[in-house]
Amino acid sequence: MRKRTVAALAVTAVIAGGLAACGGGGSEGEGSTSKGAAAFNAAIGKVYNASDKTGGTLRFANSGDWDSLDPADTYYAWSWNFVRLYGRALTMFASAPGQAGTKLVPDLAESLGTPSDGNKTWTYKLRSGVKFEDGTPVTSKDVKYAVERSLDKTTFPNGPTYFNDFLDTQGYTSPYQDTDPNKLGLKAIETPDDQTIVFHMTRPYAGFDYFAMQPSTIPVPQAKDTGSKYKEHVIATGPYKFETNELGKQFTLVRNDQWDASTDPNRKPMPDKITVQLNVNSDDIDNRLLSGDLDVDVEGSGVRPAAQGRILSDQSLKANADSAITTRHWYSVMNVDVPPLDNIHCRKAIEYAWDKVGYQNAYGGPIGGEIATGLMPPVIPGFEKFDLYDAAGSPSGNIEKAKAELQECGQPNGFATNISYRVERPKEKAVAEAEQQALAKIGVKLTVKPYPQGDYFKLYAGKPAFTKANKLGIMVAGWAADWPDGFGFLEQITDSRVIHEAGNSNLGIKIPAVDALIDKALVTNDTQERDKIWGEVDKTVMENAVLLPGVWSKGLLYRPSYLTNVFVNDGFGGEYDYATIGTTK
Amino acid sequence: MTAPLEAPGAASESQPEAVLRGAGVSIRGRSLGQIAWLRLKRDKVAIAGLVIVTILILIAILAPLIVKLLGHPPNEFHQNLIDPNLQTPKGSFGGISKDFLLGLEPVNGRDLFSRVVYGSRISLLIAFLATLLSMVLGTVMGVIAGYFGGWVDTVISRSMDVFLAFPLLLFAIALAGVVPDSAFGLSGNALRVAVLIFIIGFFNWPYIGRIIRGQALSLREREFVDAARSLGARAPYILFREMLPNLVAPILVYFTLLIPTNILFEAALTFLGVGVRPPTPTWGGMLSDATHYYQIDPEFMLVPGLAIFVTVLSFNLFGDGLRDALDPRA
Repeated sequence: MRKRTVAALAVTAVIAGGLAACGGGGSEGEGSTSKGAAAFNAAIGKVYNASDKTGGTLRFANSGDWDSLDPADTYYAWSWNFVRLYGRALTMFASAPGQAGTKLVPDLAESLGTPSDGNKTWTYKLRSGVKFEDGTPVTSKDVKYAVERSLDKTTFPNGPTYFNDFLDTQGYTSPYQDTDPNKLGLKAIETPDDQTIVFHMTRPYAGFDYFAMQPSTIPVPQAKDTGSKYKEHVIATGPYKFETNELGKQFTLVRNDQWDASTDPNRKPMPDKITVQLNVNSDDIDNRLLSGDLDVDVEGSGVRPAAQGRILSDQSLKANADSAITTRHWYSVMNVDVPPLDNIHCRKAIEYAWDKVGYQNAYGGPIGGEIATGLMPPVIPGFEKFDLYDAAGSPSGNIEKAKAELQECGQPNGFATNISYRVERPKEKAVAEAEQQALAKIGVKLTVKPYPQGDYFKLYAGKPAFTKANKLGIMVAGWAADWPDGFGFLEQITDSRVIHEAGNSNLGIKIPAVDALIDKALVTNDTQERDKIWGEVDKTVMENAVLLPGVWSKGLLYRPSYLTNVFVNDGFGGEYDYATIGTTK
Repeated sequence: MTAPLEAPGAASESQPEAVLRGAGVSIRGRSLGQIAWLRLKRDKVAIAGLVIVTILILIAILAPLIVKLLGHPPNEFHQNLIDPNLQTPKGSFGGISKDFLLGLEPVNGRDLFSRVVYGSRISLLIAFLATLLSMVLGTVMGVIAGYFGGWVDTVISRSMDVFLAFPLLLFAIALAGVVPDSAFGLSGNALRVAVLIFIIGFFNWPYIGRIIRGQALSLREREFVDAARSLGARAPYILFREMLPNLVAPILVYFTLLIPTNILFEAALTFLGVGVRPPTPTWGGMLSDATHYYQIDPEFMLVPGLAIFVTVLSFNLFGDGLRDALDPRA
């Protein structure tokens, strides 16, 4: 093997100066020898192979398909990451490595939003000079129209519903049923001039800039809108536009000559062309990544077990891999409606006896994730490390303390309850089996109850009447943040007021103190202070012993060595930042 | 098929041997069973099958003892023996060692040997009882249809057609999916085993039913049946005392041949997740788990796979030999 000269490239210094890089040699030949320092985790918290060499084709692949390429109709983190290549929302996550990527920066807007009326009204000013791919200038009306159409959940069922829930829509449902001749009848959004847009909400939310980051604020020209067919040719505002698009098979993006770098401080588009193949066999994707026939797995959740084994056992492959922590937490919830778990001491007994290592092993060991001690993953601002149930001291479960809690609960010999999981998920099954073994040590007899994942939340674990009747004491689940912020992660799973009859993401966390804290966070404008409140929510949930932490998930990402400017952006939950990657191949 | 015909000449050839061994050995007539056993003994392959089948049944019965001597409790975790990064057992060939004769499961490190041994219980129990159920149903229905003929035959034969045309696997999945946690005085795994036995047994009877019906059709025209009838015997007597003993051969043969089919069917059902609940070990369930690791830990898939393979093969070989021995014309 050829010895690799470790280029003494001060990678960190490069980042400090933004993404403009020194080029690290820039020799033309031997794309396989990396110019940056190829090392395990070289793209975590720093930029791997920083370069300003443009050109080439960047090849993506997807083992499935997009929910939709239409910005109004997409809800995958990786899709929100990718959409920035062809669309510009009002705000975006900074294209920066690590935690810096969780910060919002203005994109189509000149600056972040200005709140008024106690955080119920938000105003943005658009940058001037931004154009669609056909040369028409972008106005605030195009943004308003884009948000209006995203409210139509019949035409666009996949997208998030935050605007539907928060905007003062006054019954407005869709621009396609709008009587206004310009289809701009929504009263909740005002456009006093072409550069200004004002949002009116029914309830205050101090983190509105996160809403403005959603792809549904990417402008759509009303004249070019074809409803559900718009996804076949999205009119680009970003640095790339669609060249071809065969739905379900593949599409290609080429440079958008109407995109002006002077209006866009956030993006540094490197390749001349981007190709994306859809519905590719997932093991095939991994093999092609390793052999250099493919550049990026767009789903960004990491390689599959087979490739993981190969990468971890081969040092030269491992040097091109990153173990990235995501905003996903695989956890279990205890059901306070099922006796004796209505007693906090019984719940604490389970918290102590819970096999934390077993949970981690079920999800692939240390490579699969970190042992969680709280609810909120560490990449989310406001995260605070605490360990209430001795995960550090006795990771396989603290039997003595558990037994003491059982005593206090009045069930010294243990009790019997059920644990539910999704039958199609071998990892969740492994969790159930591991905890069955662990809890048996304190006399708690767990019976496993697998349910089909398609209806897991609609008919089973997410339906309080069912969980109560069938005595599901523990429910295995997981959650990923829509965006790395306490609201985006915690609100849907801890606020007791979001629990409906069925289809719940909150599997039964009902704590008045938490609800009060959430209300407080919604109206706190100071970001730091707000993040602190989310940290308190986390701690309160854990103190009430309703949540059994599992793992803060990690993904093992692979970057072929000839790629440039690769880094993990925490804003997209442990994926590479797709807006900056270049190629030397 | 392969076994030589027991021609009259062959029997007479054996007589000099008897004479040579000494006087006093009289030449006795042999019963049908004895002849069949003689033929079977000569079929080495079938005997090998029988030996393995016997060993398997012994293993299933003595599972707790065997595991106590040679293995670890089937649900015990040994995560210290698992490579934390790769999630596969440390050591080569899936962690085979003198403590773990067949290696370990990935992720949680359960003893594969113990799980395969315990898995044989579920597989054999379900396959055996389900086969018994379909044999009983099939024989009764087949004999009745064949003997009575007419509209009885039509009704039974058409219902057999309906059963045969049933998308059994889909139906089994649906039925096993809606089974509650307790019913008919059973609960948990006992209930699920009972349901599996019922599904597999109940839907397989037409196969044997058709064969028995055919045999019964020809038997009822035979002289001894006519004789019994003319002596005034009633239908039940003729059915079960006159005809049934003549059907023992096909029943036995198809019993041994249906068992391996049912083992595979049970494995398929547990593979699809409708069988018994984890952590109870089953071969199909183990195979299903192993599919996620076959590229990095092929040993995990090999063990239950081989167990199923050996079992099915030995039952088939034995059944084939038994058929040749009992009914050389078939």
